[in-house]
Amino acid sequence: MTHLTAVVGVGQTHHKSARTDVSIAGLCREAAGRALADAEMTYADIDAVVLGKAPDMFEGVVMPELYLADALGAAGKPLIRVHTAGSVGGSTALVAASLVQAGIHERVLTVAFEKQSESDAMWALSRPLPFAPPTLAGAGSYFAPHIREYIRRAGAPPHIGVLVAVKDRQNALKNPYAHLHLDDISVEKVEESPMLWDPIRYLETCPSSDGACALVLASEAVADRAPRPPAWVLGTAMRSEPTMFAGRDAVNPQAGIDCAADVFAQAGIRRPLDEIDCVEMYVPFSWYEPMWLENLGFAPDGEGWAMTERGATALDGELPVNMSGGVLSSNPIGASGMLRFAEAALQVRGQAGEHQVDGARVALGHAYGGGSQFFAMWVVAAAKP
Amino acid sequence: MTDVAVVAFAQSVPVRADETHNEVEMLMPVVADAIERSGIGRKEIGFTVSGSCDYLAGAPFAFVAGLDAVGAWPPIRESHVEMDGAWALYEAWVRLQHGDIDSALVYAFGKSSLGPLPDVLGLQLDPYHVAPLGIDAISVAALQARAWLDAGHDEAEMAAAAARARQAARANPCAQVSARDGEDAQTLLDEPYLVTPLRRHDCPPISDGAAAVVLAAGDRAREVCERPAWITGIDHRVEAHALGGRDLAMSVSTRLAGERAGVADAPIDVAELHAPFSHQEPILCDALALGDGVTVNPSGGALAANVVMAAGLVRIGEAATRVSEGAAARAVAHATSGPALQQNLVCVLEADGDAGTR
Repeated sequence: MTHLTAVVGVGQTHHKSARTDVSIAGLCREAAGRALADAEMTYADIDAVVLGKAPDMFEGVVMPELYLADALGAAGKPLIRVHTAGSVGGSTALVAASLVQAGIHERVLTVAFEKQSESDAMWALSRPLPFAPPTLAGAGSYFAPHIREYIRRAGAPPHIGVLVAVKDRQNALKNPYAHLHLDDISVEKVEESPMLWDPIRYLETCPSSDGACALVLASEAVADRAPRPPAWVLGTAMRSEPTMFAGRDAVNPQAGIDCAADVFAQAGIRRPLDEIDCVEMYVPFSWYEPMWLENLGFAPDGEGWAMTERGATALDGELPVNMSGGVLSSNPIGASGMLRFAEAALQVRGQAGEHQVDGARVALGHAYGGGSQFFAMWVVAAAKP
Repeated sequence: MTDVAVVAFAQSVPVRADETHNEVEMLMPVVADAIERSGIGRKEIGFTVSGSCDYLAGAPFAFVAGLDAVGAWPPIRESHVEMDGAWALYEAWVRLQHGDIDSALVYAFGKSSLGPLPDVLGLQLDPYHVAPLGIDAISVAALQARAWLDAGHDEAEMAAAAARARQAARANPCAQVSARDGEDAQTLLDEPYLVTPLRRHDCPPISDGAAAVVLAAGDRAREVCERPAWITGIDHRVEAHALGGRDLAMSVSTRLAGERAGVADAPIDVAELHAPFSHQEPILCDALALGDGVTVNPSGGALAANVVMAAGLVRIGEAATRVSEGAAARAVAHATSGPALQQNLVCVLEADGDAGTR
């Protein structure tokens, strides 16, 4: 039996290539301060803090939660640091939720961040000898073959990735926090951008961002008195599988399929396409939208691209995807997963501003990491279960 | 609260530099050993969580390969903390409170031999104001030792703690260093300083190794284990990071965690304290108000072997083993993280879980 848990505060920074105006602590406090203000709480009200970020090498600080303890108001309290690769922002929210679901805490502040400008994440992600042969440059080179295999299997036309790149950047124009605000984004612009890792063009890949996200998770008693509508957590799930072994399907990973099945079962959802109103999913390279639509069960295998092509995933479509502009528009890596979870919460709270989906009542937040092997998901809803 | 117990513990024999095994190869036999001892099938484990640090390997995502050691197929419910495995155990304990699963695997590993460990840990310090000064982890500990000495202690107390740990280590097959014949506190005081006021034996060895614990809840624990070590209290606290922002001669966060875990509710037989530096043992004993009747660090503690990222989990495993083997009815285990005992976890383990979890 888990205790009812809800999101009562959401905050994020303005995401940019380089937030030279703030320290790492300043960046985290910007997001945490907004989440606390949204919940009408102060640091003193918080029982425990859960921090997430991707590899410490991105900033060159070992276990930075130690240094951040003061800034996050954690002194004298429990502080946990999560790291599950790219899915970490999502996993961090789930660990924070778990503390409330277990009945241990009433109010948990969770923060995820990345300050990519402190280093060069592309090279930090390119594992050197002796860990891996020097054949990869950045995450794009790792995922491009997976995308090519998806295109081959699904018989997808080549322009699908371009459509996603344009749609997500158009959504980002409605999100004041998004890193990329490309006013002149168009199919032609994306097609003309340089090919980085075939078939991923420059404008089909995510930016490198500095940014942070924060949530306040609360117990039922606290959420019932929250100043703004809570987002009730209906289901939480994590799944992991090894990076590689003979027979593993890295294009449509079993861990993602199982994770979705678990989180939908917890939320009592049988027909995801009918019962979920909108989805924030982790799409760092454009083609991952149709790939995850299939992996999550919103489209039959080989048909995700058709949903994208017919505009079903647009802000006014049948299943809006990445209303915030997604990872393609803001990518502070460690926070990227939490931003997906946060957007899902904002939507069901009716607080997504210009990128609000009309009547959104149930939303899915999704994050993945590693070699498409770590998955974290939650379903949140406007109605208390 | 759901009653949760340690039902199995395994660790590698730590070595200064394991040059023939990578992290996965170090982990595989340890994880297999813990699972076998638990009597719970690998596929039945409900949740898996680990602790490790990328910077020890000098590569991002060092924990990812760890999945190869647990056999994560079909896909498993799994998470990771960039913290000592003791905090991974805490996450597993929390997850078991949900009630939908009844077992969890916790593992941790560290291969510190790959880099200059004291310098690597120095990168935990405030990156703007302190880390650029180049102060390493041993120097931070020396500053703390000096503050503690200035608070009215003397180096003989440090030597006594080190001598006791090194003597105890002689009986621990997983100790990396132990007392030489004829060694005592006085002979240790005759040794030269390494970083004043610390001598070599006041500091932990550098260790490569791994550890794993299996937790089980309620009836599942009683079913698979004759004498489960019930976790009747567990809590962790952090304190201010700035070395000048707290009194280094005491450990407020350990005291808070100990109070929350209920250490003082009944007598303690054995304490396994994660004190990588000799002066930290009396600081921790004070913070937990451990009396003279408590056997402290019968394993030799972190002065005997200190697998960074696993040493805290090893303390829980050692304390649980004392309880399961009947050598203790009630034990306390402690783990630390960060410079000068910044963050601390306290776990109370009891043979009879009927006392109830708090």
